[in-house]
Amino acid sequence: MSDEGRPAPARSARDKIDFKRELTEVVPHLRAFARGLCGRPDLADDLVQETLLKAWAAQERFEPGTSMRAWTFVILRNAYLTDMRRNRFRGEYDEGVAERILTAPAGQEEPIHLSDLHRALLTLPAERREALLLVGAGGFSYEEAAAICGCAVGTIKSRVGRARAALSEMLANGSIPRRSTDDAIAHRAILEELDMVSSGNGVSSRG
Amino acid sequence: MASNQAHGSNGRGSGGGGNAQRRAPEWADGLKQLYDSVVEESLPDSFKDLLDRLEAIPTSRGQDGGQDTSQ
Repeated sequence: MSDEGRPAPARSARDKIDFKRELTEVVPHLRAFARGLCGRPDLADDLVQETLLKAWAAQERFEPGTSMRAWTFVILRNAYLTDMRRNRFRGEYDEGVAERILTAPAGQEEPIHLSDLHRALLTLPAERREALLLVGAGGFSYEEAAAICGCAVGTIKSRVGRARAALSEMLANGSIPRRSTDDAIAHRAILEELDMVSSGNGVSSRG
Repeated sequence: MASNQAHGSNGRGSGGGGNAQRRAPEWADGLKQLYDSVVEESLPDSFKDLLDRLEAIPTSRGQDGGQDTSQ
């Protein structure tokens, strides 16, 4: 931010040790943010690795005493947006999220599961999703979230508001995208059939 | 639209975090749960390994500070 003119002061060995320690400490948070953004644990962890590499390379630009979590989140979200533009993430969600019951609103047949919430979250436009994650899950203030996303505080408030409204509506109406396990099962069945066909065990000759 | 959103207006009594200045939606706590559940996962070794490897690289190219990352 304010490092235009003056060259970054040389970092002492102590600074480097501190940097590594702080970076290590935020890894779980990076994983949580990444998982919320892109859904799939393996892709999320790839994103975290990428973030660590970039953060390490840029460590001269980290100002000791400031928030490592906020600093690395900026790097992570930029990496995420870049990857997303390359179409690496397709809104897949974490099948591993426990099917824990989150809440069972009165008058609703199906309880809301965390996985429902996560799937609904992943349908949101990326900028709303990240705003909601930062404020609603990561506990950042609107001001901090705005700094991370490089936009105005009012923009963040508006994105969070829209994200909340969209999720509330999806969860209240049950209009959440189908669990992809159904798709996965169907998909696997198709693949297995294809395998059989391609390996010579066609439908007509199986048995 | 949805006129049946009455649920929750009287709370659900299950004692979530109540910063009730502006009533958070019922699922709000779930966002934190999602986040915290990942934070609390045991960390795969790959991350520490990566940082150890990075640390082991001698920083001979001291002040290149230039175009390493495109933030």
